[in-house]
Amino acid sequence: MRFLFKTDYDQDIRLAKHGGHVFWYSLLGVALLAAPWLLSEYLLEQLVLVCIYAVAGLGLMLLSGFTGLISLGHAAFLGVGAYTEAVLVGMGWPFPLAMSAAVVLSAATGVVVGLPALRVRGIYLAIATLALGVIVEEVLTRWEDVTGGSAGLMVKSPTLFGAAVPQPVGFYYLCLGILVVATLAVLNLLRSPTGRAFVAVRDSEISSQSMGIHLAKAKTLSFALSAALTGLAGALYAHKLRFLSPEQFTVLQSVELLMMIFIGGLGSVHGVFLGALFLITLPQGIAVAKDWLPPAIGGAAGLQSTVFGLIIVGFVLFEPLGLYGRWVKIRLYLQTFPFYRKGTFRREKTFQKTERQR
Amino acid sequence: MQLLQVLIGGISQGCIYGLIALGFVLIYKATEAVNFAQGELMMLGAFCGLGFSTALGLPYWAVLPCSVLAMGIFGFLTEALVLRPILGQPAFALIMVTIGVGYVARGLITMIPGIGTETHVFEAPFHDEVITLGPLVIGMEQAVIIGASFLLCGGLFALFRYTRVGVAMQAISQNQLAAYYMGIPVKRLNSLVWAISAGMAAVAGVLLAPVTFVHANMGFIGLKAFPAAVIGGFESLPGAIVGGLIIGIVEALAGFYLPEGFKDVAPYVVVLAMLMIRPHGLFGTSMRKRV
Amino acid sequence: MSADDAILSVESLAVAFGGVKAVDDVSFAVRRGEVFTLIGPNGAGKTTVFNLISRLYNPMRGRIVFEGNDITALPAHRVAALGISRTFQNIELFEHATVLQNLLIGRQVHRKTALWEEILFLPKVRRQEYAFREHVEKVIDLLDLQHYRDSHVAGLPYGIRKVVELGRALAMQPRLLLMDEPSSGLNVEETEDMAFWIQDINQDLDITVVMVEHDMSLVSRVSHRVLALNQGAVVTVGTPKDVQSHPGVVEAYLGKAAHA
Repeated sequence: MRFLFKTDYDQDIRLAKHGGHVFWYSLLGVALLAAPWLLSEYLLEQLVLVCIYAVAGLGLMLLSGFTGLISLGHAAFLGVGAYTEAVLVGMGWPFPLAMSAAVVLSAATGVVVGLPALRVRGIYLAIATLALGVIVEEVLTRWEDVTGGSAGLMVKSPTLFGAAVPQPVGFYYLCLGILVVATLAVLNLLRSPTGRAFVAVRDSEISSQSMGIHLAKAKTLSFALSAALTGLAGALYAHKLRFLSPEQFTVLQSVELLMMIFIGGLGSVHGVFLGALFLITLPQGIAVAKDWLPPAIGGAAGLQSTVFGLIIVGFVLFEPLGLYGRWVKIRLYLQTFPFYRKGTFRREKTFQKTERQR
Repeated sequence: MQLLQVLIGGISQGCIYGLIALGFVLIYKATEAVNFAQGELMMLGAFCGLGFSTALGLPYWAVLPCSVLAMGIFGFLTEALVLRPILGQPAFALIMVTIGVGYVARGLITMIPGIGTETHVFEAPFHDEVITLGPLVIGMEQAVIIGASFLLCGGLFALFRYTRVGVAMQAISQNQLAAYYMGIPVKRLNSLVWAISAGMAAVAGVLLAPVTFVHANMGFIGLKAFPAAVIGGFESLPGAIVGGLIIGIVEALAGFYLPEGFKDVAPYVVVLAMLMIRPHGLFGTSMRKRV
Repeated sequence: MSADDAILSVESLAVAFGGVKAVDDVSFAVRRGEVFTLIGPNGAGKTTVFNLISRLYNPMRGRIVFEGNDITALPAHRVAALGISRTFQNIELFEHATVLQNLLIGRQVHRKTALWEEILFLPKVRRQEYAFREHVEKVIDLLDLQHYRDSHVAGLPYGIRKVVELGRALAMQPRLLLMDEPSSGLNVEETEDMAFWIQDINQDLDITVVMVEHDMSLVSRVSHRVLALNQGAVVTVGTPKDVQSHPGVVEAYLGKAAHA
């Protein structure tokens, strides 16, 4: 067990809390930098996807995990980001400019959703975001002049400083860099007043008001930042896919994003990364497992959706804190071995307390 | 006259939305869980009906109660196995778990070899019959849907109003802990609510099946029932039917008057507008926490 | 009493919920530096008055003036920024955050950094965090919360949560503190501590305290003046002793027969 002797306020403020953090995160950083030499091209492509999903997950986590607002329409922001990027790059805009435009446009869409969201909460908000998701998807399908409709849209390769970003290694570093910057931004936000205000709004709207937090402003801001990050991910996603069609941004995609942060661990930044890793590896795992299963099961079309569903249900029932929560438990078990008490994290049996009035 | 015809089509479609929305509302009122699997329950109900009629050769009128019973048991078990262990968890967990149940239901149906990936015709015996009211022609299928919805809604209303079980359900929808202390078997009633709700989904499924065919993805219609429930207020049973009708009619009119594409988004535009004007729907009440 | 020494004055305040008059024509003035207590039987409208002052409810009639500013139409968060903080009857903490984070949220109204500065975590933001922390540590010292700094609120016993909530209100550095039943749910010892803290807060920190309280021994110990409410209307105002023996107050608590 590690005991921290705190002698300085800075110890609670800085990101790496102790030497262990510095060591392990440096190691992770080195491994990620060396990834192009360590991994096959296919695995590197997957790692790029993990990075992109993690950026989107950071956005959704900020909104759902830290501000407590459930969104069932985040694929819309991903879509807005992706199409903006694709269209602008197609018009010859340089990559950084197009990406900024994608971010701004997504954030603006987020504010638009944030507006009705100010008055509603819980399930009403979930439905409002669902509605937005469907509307955006339909716009992407029907606005054929710009988006190419169902026929799809080709995406040009990104150019940086006048040169094309080499695939896949250059693009990997690009995504990794953006992910690191986005993560730092979110972490900074969370350790400053705005982040605390988000958490306050999540836990009690009444008392956050009485503590001087402007509810409407905090929620709109959370929506805007969340949408901006997801739009950023969308811009990268466009280049990753190289071909966009509206089916990539449906309600199912939104549910997948939600599932990612839930499985990763709601309310933790670590959870975003674990969730993204999980979401990308799961289909691969299923593909591998197919070979071992009898063909009647392995070859069936519904296998993936069944497994996804079972995993969600399993996590809710057995590990509601997600992968990160599980890791915290394992760590505690190891640290306190052999004194870990079985009931340390047991959930209290209770009845449903109403969340209709908050 | 053509407009009236369009309206009737909208009303019958709206009744289906209303039936599914009723399922949402019932479960939400009693247990605070938003059942994202309601559409999938309807899909399962339709497949049940299909199974009873093709495999067992039951007539349509016998298929209906059998499917309702089968789905009722399924709903009861789902609550007991999946929902009950997480009683008292935050809304997010409840939403995720029902989404998960929906995925599993869709996936498992798709995995049934030779059946799951196909689209099946499920004909009702009154398939070709029509009712002619002057110049109006109403398909028997539509008329049955409309009639059944109103019967069900009335039945539910009576159940809540006049039976002991109904009053107990009202009590748990107010405060589960207090209801428990008053000797109401909260957990069993929650399961019962799920059973009723799944039974209603089965009715919707069996009624809708002759109109739209039976396939694994028919549950996505549930996504349109959400706006219906929200417009009605999410906590009001008549609100669910009214909301369903509004959505059905708006959709039909949008399909008739507006260019292609608007039909599919119309329900969502309506629900967004509703949330801006009346955040708690037509029949919902705004409650504030006491501090 | 002149308008100058009143930090808060409430003039003919009225609100009704569904036809029931919860607060009906209530007027009073709180002097700077005093401990002012609202008493009354359940349903007398005490908490409603609090909710009206902290602007969680909208009054139907009347005016609320704080330090010369009319706050009747201000939104809740602006009232906090003016220097009124409060605690709640049933504790409204941020359950999934640590005690330290809860207390830091109390400093929210003193935030001077812009969003972009926070995203970059500029030195300015860091300095602000130090300053916030320094102030919060003072509150922690005052309320003996050192031991719980990094604990999650959700796991703390009721008595401690009550203190944390008081701490959060204090971290705001308010000039007026509204305390809704500070002793409810506390044991004798904890109530004793609470009485000391209320006096400390009032005398050493120069914070005017308005509280709702049922425990009459605590009330008479710490309050300078007491206002008795019954059925939404003022019965009497005066020193704790006078109010306790006022026939209208006795009647409100015990009924007519007991008084006769």
